[in-house]
Amino acid sequence: MRKIFIFLGLFSGYAAYSYLVYTKGTESELVLRGIQQQQIELGKSLYQQHNCTACHQLYGLGGYLGPELTTAWSDPSRGENYIRAFLQKGGQRMPDFHFTKNETDAIVAFLRYVDSTAITYKKP
Amino acid sequence: MKYFSPPHSTSNFPVARAFLLLAFSYLLFGLLLGCIGSFQYLWPSFLKNKLSFQQSRPLHVYLVISWIFTSAQGAIYYFLPRVTGRNLFWPGGLKIHFILQLSVSLLIIGAFFSGHFGGREYLEFPPWLGILLLLSWLPFAINFFCTLKPDYRKAPVYIWSWSTGIFFFFITVSESYLWLFDHFNKQIIRDITIQWKALGSMVGSWNMLVYGAAMFIMEKITNDKRISHNRISFAFYFLGLTNLLFNWGHHTYIVPAAPWVQTVAYVISMTELLLLGHIIWKWKKSLTATKNKYGNISYRFLSVADGWIFLNLTLAILISVPSLNYYTHGTHITVAHAMGATIGINTMLLFAVIFYVLGDARPLLLQRKERLINRSLTLTNIALYLFWFALLGSGLVKIAGKLNNNSFYKIMDQSLPWFRGFAASGLLLLAGIVALVSTAVAVLLHSRKNETGRKFNKREVKRSGRHLI
Repeated sequence: MRKIFIFLGLFSGYAAYSYLVYTKGTESELVLRGIQQQQIELGKSLYQQHNCTACHQLYGLGGYLGPELTTAWSDPSRGENYIRAFLQKGGQRMPDFHFTKNETDAIVAFLRYVDSTAITYKKP
Repeated sequence: MKYFSPPHSTSNFPVARAFLLLAFSYLLFGLLLGCIGSFQYLWPSFLKNKLSFQQSRPLHVYLVISWIFTSAQGAIYYFLPRVTGRNLFWPGGLKIHFILQLSVSLLIIGAFFSGHFGGREYLEFPPWLGILLLLSWLPFAINFFCTLKPDYRKAPVYIWSWSTGIFFFFITVSESYLWLFDHFNKQIIRDITIQWKALGSMVGSWNMLVYGAAMFIMEKITNDKRISHNRISFAFYFLGLTNLLFNWGHHTYIVPAAPWVQTVAYVISMTELLLLGHIIWKWKKSLTATKNKYGNISYRFLSVADGWIFLNLTLAILISVPSLNYYTHGTHITVAHAMGATIGINTMLLFAVIFYVLGDARPLLLQRKERLINRSLTLTNIALYLFWFALLGSGLVKIAGKLNNNSFYKIMDQSLPWFRGFAASGLLLLAGIVALVSTAVAVLLHSRKNETGRKFNKREVKRSGRHLI
């Protein structure tokens, strides 16, 4: 019986911890509303539909063939124009996805939002 | 096709054979796609418009993951009647499981080729296929729990391990789709954290299936039931479970979250690996004492896995130190750790289990292939070492590049020699695995009647003497 109690104890801890992670400590302090929110959601959706995660990372999740994108927006050597150029034409490794202007704007907005949350990347 | 199998016989071998053949096809195609992916590091335009990295990587990841759980499922189906002394609860479920899994795989592969993605790490296929994936596991779960009717007060550790693996596979795959709800999808930090949480635990769930199968064959080879009932084995199991539940934190050092979560998780995961190494070490001593030759082939694979546990442990300790993790994260050093775990540990343990099954069902035939298996294992292991060091090398180049503020493209250029190294050793690894798989398939497809088609000398017969379960 002891083994069963240990299992149940661990599982209860897991359930409680999961609830905590789902509800506390993982929310962003940024409050987004209206068109801004819709654009970011569209950008995220496009990021997933085109499986950008195969080549690029966000917070460590994703492949390494392309550059990490968590702080692409604020990186002095990259920034908005750099992101737009690749989204519109592709690159040596990156296919040209033929994004429309609206789609490009949405992905740029999404990456800008991700960058604004990346406080741990910007520590001195 | 007769699926029904009386206890203490090998007549359920066709079931194991079907699942193992499916698992081998996942492995071979998965490795081939991995090689194609490595060529795309060397020649960026290689298959760029026909099978871009956007497609080759998810295919590789999905197929290799499927190899791990499908081969474990095949072995568990083979072991179940032997463990329980009962026939499988739902023989028809085997066919349903097989057809469902094959159909889901074809749909997922089709989705990737046609450019339909879900865009999430590991589970990069559209979400509705995730539901089918879970459904395909249902007949397996029903057969497992209803055949076993486990009494967990007395059950050996591998029963606990398998039960946990199945139970948490359903939980973690479901959890990984929480992003479909706005509460998770609209908060990037929450979404990323839950993704790491679900994926970390999902890896733990199939590890439980593999470790359980490895523990089962250890018990059978040593003919020592204490190994799967003693306190240290259960201590290992509960540490493994704790690791499955909470260790995901060490992936999230760079995600804004409470640091103590990662520190606790790190300590737990390290303890689990140490304990596993300790158990295998003790088992080897016990094996030497019994001088049981039957399990030699499986034993060699377990020993190789043992070596990789210690190598991976060392690497894990280094990359889990937060100040080092800051640099190693996002480099191929993380990939080296993943490859050491999936190929060095999981795949070697699975081959140990598969060759145990083959040794049980086709002992004389397997004996004839022993030399070829040994050579293939040596080739695979050498290739894996080269592959692993090439990945570490490219990771170190990237760290140096970051420290010098080099651009991504300059770092990629500087890494080219290491990319060549991992592409070449990847091919060598593919050759070694192809040799192992083709040997195993030759034994799998050979009928029992033909097994005695050639005369064996006394030494061969003695060496292959079956260890009855």
